[in-house]
This record gives sequence, C-alpha cells and structure tokens, in this order.
Amino acid sequence: MSSLRITGGTIYDPANGIDGQVGDIWIVDGQVVETPVDPAASADRTIDATGLVVMPGGIDMHCHIAGPKVNTARKMIPDDKRNSDPVHRTRLTRSGTGGSVPSTFATGYLYAGLGYTTAFDAAVPPLGARHAHEELADTPIIDKGFYVLMGNNHYVMKQLANGEPGLLKAYIAWLLNSTKGYTAKLVNPGGVEIWKSGGGNARGIDDTVDHFEVTPRQIIQGVAGAVHELGLPHPVHIHCNNLGMPGNHATTMETMKSLEGHRGHLTHIQFHSYDGDPDDQSTFGSRVEELAEYVNTHDNLTVDVGQVMFANTTSMTGDGPLGYYLHQVTGRKWFSGDTEMESGCGIVPIVYKQKSLVHALQWAIGLEWYLLVDDPWRIAMSTDHPNGGSFQAYPEIISLLMDRERRLEVLAGAPPAVADRCLLKDLDREYTLGEIAIITRAAPARMLGLSHKGHLGPGADGDVTLYSPDDDIQRMFELPRYVFSRGELIVDDAQILQDTRGRTLHVAPEYDLEAVDDIQAWFEKTYSIQFRNYPVDDHYLENPLVVPTRSDSA
Amino acid sequence: MAEAFILIPGRTSRQGTTLNEGKYTDGYIEEISTLQVAPEDMQRLQLVDGDLVRVYNDVGEFTVPCKSARGDELPPGMLFISYGDNSSRLMGGDTQGCGMPDSKGLDVFLETTPG
Amino acid sequence: MSTIESSTATQEPTPELRVVEDATCTFCGCVCDDMELTVEGNRITKAKNACVLGKAWFFNHHIEDRPEALIDGQPAGYEQAMDRAADILLSARFPLTYGLSDTTTEAQRVAVAITDWIGGIVDTTTSVCHGPSGIAFQGVGEVTCSLGEVKNRADYVIFWGGNPAESHPRHFTKYSLMPKGEFVPNGRKDRTAVLIDVRKTKSAKAADYFLQVKPRRDFELAWALRALANGLELDAATIEETTGISLETLEEVMEGMKRAKFGVILFGMGLTMTRGKHFNSEAVLALARDMNKHTRWNAKPMRGHGNVTGADNVVSWSTGYPFGVHLGGGFPRFNPGEFTASDVLARGEADAALIIASDPMSNFSQPARDHLEGIPSVVLDPKLSDTARTAAVAFTTSTYGINTGGTVYRMDDVPIPLRPAFESPYKSDLEILRGIESRIRQRQLAGDVAGQSTGGTT
Repeated sequence: MSSLRITGGTIYDPANGIDGQVGDIWIVDGQVVETPVDPAASADRTIDATGLVVMPGGIDMHCHIAGPKVNTARKMIPDDKRNSDPVHRTRLTRSGTGGSVPSTFATGYLYAGLGYTTAFDAAVPPLGARHAHEELADTPIIDKGFYVLMGNNHYVMKQLANGEPGLLKAYIAWLLNSTKGYTAKLVNPGGVEIWKSGGGNARGIDDTVDHFEVTPRQIIQGVAGAVHELGLPHPVHIHCNNLGMPGNHATTMETMKSLEGHRGHLTHIQFHSYDGDPDDQSTFGSRVEELAEYVNTHDNLTVDVGQVMFANTTSMTGDGPLGYYLHQVTGRKWFSGDTEMESGCGIVPIVYKQKSLVHALQWAIGLEWYLLVDDPWRIAMSTDHPNGGSFQAYPEIISLLMDRERRLEVLAGAPPAVADRCLLKDLDREYTLGEIAIITRAAPARMLGLSHKGHLGPGADGDVTLYSPDDDIQRMFELPRYVFSRGELIVDDAQILQDTRGRTLHVAPEYDLEAVDDIQAWFEKTYSIQFRNYPVDDHYLENPLVVPTRSDSA
Repeated sequence: MAEAFILIPGRTSRQGTTLNEGKYTDGYIEEISTLQVAPEDMQRLQLVDGDLVRVYNDVGEFTVPCKSARGDELPPGMLFISYGDNSSRLMGGDTQGCGMPDSKGLDVFLETTPG
Repeated sequence: MSTIESSTATQEPTPELRVVEDATCTFCGCVCDDMELTVEGNRITKAKNACVLGKAWFFNHHIEDRPEALIDGQPAGYEQAMDRAADILLSARFPLTYGLSDTTTEAQRVAVAITDWIGGIVDTTTSVCHGPSGIAFQGVGEVTCSLGEVKNRADYVIFWGGNPAESHPRHFTKYSLMPKGEFVPNGRKDRTAVLIDVRKTKSAKAADYFLQVKPRRDFELAWALRALANGLELDAATIEETTGISLETLEEVMEGMKRAKFGVILFGMGLTMTRGKHFNSEAVLALARDMNKHTRWNAKPMRGHGNVTGADNVVSWSTGYPFGVHLGGGFPRFNPGEFTASDVLARGEADAALIIASDPMSNFSQPARDHLEGIPSVVLDPKLSDTARTAAVAFTTSTYGINTGGTVYRMDDVPIPLRPAFESPYKSDLEILRGIESRIRQRQLAGDVAGQSTGGTT
C-alpha cells in the first residue's frame, strides 16, 4: 500500500462541486480515497501544494495519435520534423520526434508534460486495430483507447438496407470486441464509400450511396440507435458530412436533428459550422450562433470544438474525399488510403494563417463555440490534433478563453472582414479556472462515461495535475509543476521522472453469438485475410481495462 | 573480346525456393550462378549453354556458366542473373545519396572465356 | 493396425500429427494467412494453399543441430553470448542495427529500443527494397488502398518493374487479377492487366498488354504517361525512341486507364533499383495521383520479403522516420544516403553491427560487404548465413511463423498474427534481444558505461 498526500492546494474538481477551495487529496494505491478523519494521519509521501492549482489530469477525447493513418503521416513529413524540437533520450526515457505528428514515445511524454493523463484516438479502421494497439503500447504514461470507424462499413450499410437492426447491433458489438475499441465512429457517413467507388462525395444526409442504397441519415440513425441499445459509455461519435464546406451548417443541423433525441457526440464541430455558398469562398462565415443554440436546448448532444490555430500542421482524417479536396485546394502532397469494406483516409500538410480571411474565421468560429455554448459540461476542448493544430496548443487556447483582450489582439491581426462575419468581437465571456477544468477534464470524462476519471473524489484514478498560478495563463498551463498518473509522480518541474505504462480502455458489449455466422460468411467472401486472424487478442493491449456498458439503456 | 551489356539481377522462383533450402545447397548456388543471355547474343558470340563467361565492371567481376534465355524473354544486349553473391560483386557502394546501391540495369562487359 | 504381438520394444513412437489452420506464410509480401499446415512432430509435411515459395519456406526450416550461439566461431551458450553482445554494442562508437526483415514487430520494437539506448543507427531492409519509394512518398504522397480493395474494386491493373509470377506467386489469384470481388463480379473478365518490364517474364502471360520498356527508361515512360494523363501532346518519334514503346500503345493504355472505375499500379524493384530510383517511384506515385482527376487510381509498392513492412512501421512510430535513422546524438535524425546501412558500411563508418534476421553479406554491395566482414557484429539468424559466419557473436534463433508467434505486416500495412507450427529449442529473436537490452540497461543505469545517456558520437 503506497499513499500520497497532496496538501494545501487550491482544488478545482467541478464534478464534485469544488471550485477553488484549499484542501488535501489523498491517493492510496493509485486511487483517490477519502481524506482520513484522523488529523495525525500521514502518507508515505507528501507534496506541499500550497499556492498551487490542483486539477484532475487532463483528458483529450479526440486526437489522432496511433494507428495506420497516424504512422503514415509521421513518415510523410520529415520536413516538419527538421523544424521542430526533438525529444531527447534521457537516462530513463526514449528519444523521439515532435512537430505536427509526434512519434509514439514522444506523444506520451508530451501529453504528460502538459498534465494530460488520458487520450483517445478518434478514428481507427478495424483492419488496423492491431496496429493501433501496438502503437498505443509504445505510448507511455497516458491511459488510452480509440474509436472504431463504422460509417462506411459495408456490413453496416447492408444491414441498414435490408432492415436488419438486430444484425447491425450484433455486428457493432462484435466489431468493438474484435478491435477492443471504445465506440462507433462515423466519419462522413456514406460519403467515403461514394468517393471510393467513383470519386464523388455525399453532399447531404439524404444522398444515396449507390450499390448499397442507403443514406447517411440511415447510417447515423441506425448506428446511434444500436449504440444506445448496447449501452456504450460514450455515444456514437460523429464527424458530419460536408466537413469544411461553406454552407455546411445545414448538414450539421440536419445531422443533429436526425438523432431524434438519441445521445450523440458531434466532433470538431468548428469545421461544420460554416455559412456561405460552396462555390464562392468569399461568402464564408459563421453560423455558430444557431447551432450552439440547438446544442444548448438539446441535452442529448455533446460536442468537441476542433479549434484551428495559426501554425503549420497536418490534416489527417478518415474522410478520404476531404483529403483529396484539401490537396486540390493547397496543392500539397497528399496521401489517400482506402481500406477494404471499412473506411478511407486522407492526409495533407496544411498551414493556417492569421492573414487568411478563411483561416482567421475558422479560428474565430472555434472560439465562438466555446463562448456560445452555455453549459461547459457539454463542450470539450480539442484541436482535433493535429487537424486544427497540435494538442500542444491547448494552453494557448485556454488563455484565449480566459482573456478577452487577448482574443481581440489576435482578431486585430486578422483581416478586418473577419470581425464582420462573426460574433467574436462582441463576446465578452471569460472562462474561469473551474470552467477550464470542466472542458479539459470533467466534461470529457463524463462524455466518455469514465466514472473514475476527470474528478478527484474517492474512487477516482489518482491522475492529478498541479499548476503554478501565473498571470500568463498560457505559461501556467504549458508547464505544470507536478503531474501524477495513478498516484505516481511522472513530471516534476518539466522533468519526466518515469516511463510508466498506462491502461488501454475498451468496451466489451455482449452480442448475439448466432449472428456471428452471418458476419463470418460475409467476411470470408469479401475480405483478404482469414476471419480468425481479424480479432485482436488481449495480449496486444497494454494493461487492458474493460469499461462496462450501462445495463439500463435510458 | 569484351562486349558491353546491361545486367539485370532479379528474383526468380527457383532462387526463392532454394534460398530456403539453404544458401550452400547446389540448387541455390546453381541458380544464382547462371547467367541468362538472349538467344541472338548466344548465337552471335558462339556460346552454348554451360559455357563459362566472365562478367565485369569497375567494381568487380564473376565468371559463371551461361544459359540461353527462353524464347523472347530477354532482348538482345541484356543479361539476367538471380540475386546473390555474384550479382552483389558488381554492386558499388555509391547510392547517389538515397541508400539504394545500383542494383539493376548495370553497365557491364561480358567476355567469353577460351575453351 | 498394430497388435500387441507385432509391436516391438524398439518401435519408434509415431510423431504427433496436428493441423494448424489459418497459419501465416511470411516469405513474400503477400503474407498469405490461409495456410493449412500439417505438422508431424517437428516437421511441416504439408502446406495447403502455399505457393512454391511458401512450401519451400515451410518445408525447409527444420530444427538443426547447432549450438545456441557462436562467439568468434566457437560454440557458446545464450547467456554468455548475450553478455558478449552487450559488450560489443556498448563499446561501439558508431553501431549499426540492420535487417529486421524476417522477424516480428515485437522483436523489431526491442531492436529499435536497443539502438536508442546505445545511440546507434537503425536501418532496415527497406533501404535496399522500397526505400526509394518511401523517399518518393515523402515528396508527393501516395494514393493507395488495401489489397482487399484491389480484389473488390480494381478493374485496371498495371504491374510495373516486377515479376509477380515469380516473386509473389499468389498475388494474381488472391488479390490482383483473378478474384471475383464486390464490384468486379466476373473476376479476370472484368479486368484489364498491363505488364511493364524490361524483360518478357512469366508474368507477361497473365497480362493483356505487355510493354517492354527500354532498360533504364522507366522514368521517361512514367512521365510520358503523366503527360498523357494531363492532356499534353507528345512527339511520337521521341517517345518510341526513348522508351521503346509506341505513342499509340501508350495512348491506348491511357484511354483504358481513364475509363477504368478503380485502377492500381503495382510496382517493384524494377523501378527502385535502377537508374532514377526514387525519381522512378515518384513518377509512378504522381501518375496514380494525377489519374484521380479522371477516375479513381491507386499505386502500391509490391513490398517484398518477410516483415519489411512491419519494420518500416515500427521504426516510423518509434522514431518518426521510416529507415536510415541516426540516434547517436540522443534524438532521431533521418537522411538516406548518410544514415542508410549500405552507405554507412561502404564508407567504412560503422564500427559494430547488430544484424537481425537478414543476410547483408549475401546481397549488399561489395564495398559494404568488405567492411562488414572486418567489424565486430552480433547476428541473429535461424540459419548459418554468410552474415552469421562472419559474426563475432552469432545467435541461433527459432523461426518466426514456424516456431514462434508474433505480428507481421502485409505489403499493404495490414497487421496479421502468426500461428506457429512446432516449438523450437532455440530462443526467439524477441527473447534474445530482450536479454541483450536488459544487460545494456542494467549497465547503463548502474552508471558503469561512459557517455551513455546522451548518446555516443555525434
């Protein structure tokens, strides 16, 4: 039994109603416990947190950090790494490269260095699940998991077309068990299949996917319903059709409505909130107000932002046609990878510039989301790393949310038309530390259904980050004073002390075994590997932990 | 009398199978040591299957038995040999900065040997 | 049927007979995982579904009677050999880790870790295979797909600079020409196949068009096709003189390419190993990309032997770079030509080597082989290869996919598990590398190795 006491810190634990109260956190064997009644109780180790801000460890619920797509991007951009700070080997830690798509060891260290202790990769094709787990096993410190691509899956579409919700539900459960994933991810549902088979795309959720004769709406509704019935801790995670297109606010609104009250998480919603005419870039603008209003009044929905920041970065997505579009627009090198029966992929290096009207509007639109959604419990911080920017930009985003003046300064450096096409200049709201703790910790944990994370009450994982208060908010969040993972001190004054192994979180919903025959028959006809060689064994997972489904699907 | 040719080392089924049997087996050694020559060149140089020929460039050389290529598989002026120790002897260290040595399409000279 | 009367005291027990289904062959990049192996004791006697190369692979990896290891040519035990290996690697100033072809990703990860701790260079057989394609990919990207997409969608298939009939024998039947697919219901009849090569190999029989390109003119041919894809006019005489192929033929091929629904160019060493190297690969990748203006097109390197694709992936995720990675300065640096094994050996720079599951003494350039012979090397191989013969420490290892399990990556990056057939008394690459790593780490953490934590030479 090893015990740790973090004493005298100013605690922000919004899940437990603590908003800047001085107090102690006790951790025994990696878990937070009740503060002992006996005032003379002592711990094996005590950290004096007087004057320090104490928060649960950060949670990045949507990033791209492991798997075939991420690794392809790493390989593709040696130029990016020459201009980035390398990650030096130390006595105890491995070397790596940083930049837009850090190598795996570097990813773990960089997240930990920012006080993040959990991260979920947003999009893994099932055929590459084994690969994602291998990479996650080489990603130190953080707890991790991933979402499984299903929105262009042939079996899913066939069951929808044939009106077989039972088989659909069984397949989704079987697939999550086979891949050891966390939830169903939809990326441009139906649209990627249209691209694969003919180079087009879905333009609306009622477009038909030829050959399968289903619509994106059917895919969204079908999968959302199945996920709901399975009682998964995190709902269907949706990257809407028409990402990046002027005027796509309409598609986003239709998608939200199509859920008809089922829980759903709309991801990197900034990219889906645009006004304008797709054939006329100059009409680009913000429609965040009405979309945020809809989110405000429909509590079945949660979002993460996908903030754009002004820097060189890399777009990487399961949205194959989007990759082609970005290549055509930017002229830069382009990777596209179609995976049989399952998904697509597009990777294009990209740079967002403050002087670009469109980019600066995207930046502003992201901030509008944070400022217009009333309830911080329903919005999570993300950059859709690395699509909008690196996760290393989170401290900068925090400072923009907490400091209206800073936002206005940046706006002043953007083209004047930006201010006219969005509400940002008039949004006075400034986030409090407590609200930051919500959108970077407590809310993601709740959205993910992780009852042991995102808070510091008894039973929580001992993931704690301590910051030195600083008027320079960005600096404060860039350099945590201490970071603990399950009660182990990982970071002390910017030094990584240990290379620990995190846990892999996944779900294991039950399914009708009889359905497997049908799945197998289809698989054997269409895939290029053996059915038996598809599922991933536990031994690939580092410290696996099953997160239970909810038995009451309310 | 030496003549300029272009040498293509490559994979063959037999090289692949005998590789597994062992790189010291007769089968493997025979496969990687047989130089295929286009029938027109065989005729012009008055070579028959099994004649020893010397192949060299500025890096190294090997002397191996030659064999007529099947039909029109090899165009005149081209030689083929399975990947292996012999072909490696003609590979120089220069990779032109890309990591890959010149491994195919090598300019070589072929010399028939007396007897 | 034996009876009590007919059995004798000296009768041998019948070897145990098992069938291993869904086993994986790792000889070529096809990584066929539908092998059905009949195993009698410690021999594979049948390999159903295996091609001629696969059969040779399965039937010829026996348990040989050899010592666990050789130190300077003398038999030695594993423990002693691992000690000596750690000595060699720790005292080197510019060690090279190379190979990682015929081994699992689990072992590859440890090999990269060792190289990181000692501050060496890690390079894999990629650099002498599709490394140039990797370099090209870093320049222009790649439009590609999994092999199952080829099977289900491809109606126009171009094989360029390769001879799949001999190098990847089941490719045609399993993936690229014969199979009936979701969108290619009539299999071969729905497909047009083109073979482009300098020789008219066995593969030509399988193709509808054979384009015999002049040697060392693939670059010009690819650019001619790129020009046609982009609607440029070409001079017929120049094209024929340069490439050996008539403009009319190229225009006909391009027409077919434009009309296809889903095309794929599968290219091999004929492009990467000859004049132009990465410029050839780049031209083909760019051609496939350009064709997406008209219809869906893809390009795929026909990756070769063993788990080279796995090595590529492991080195990439661990360091950020795919091959030719220098870790000596304490962090990864990448520069083909500077840090690739062929060069580091040919220029006489490496002063020690860790060679895993690969045989550079057999197939590297002469200057590289000359130098490798003269430096202390630690070699892991199931067989006594030329490289193992010249090693200071040579470990006899079990064979992956036959004796030990693990993971391999197919040429299209699909990860597939191995199902071994019979056990081996020899340790696996993974076990030996872990043993070497732990000795290195023990000594580094105890502080008895000079200059260890920030790397050796810069």
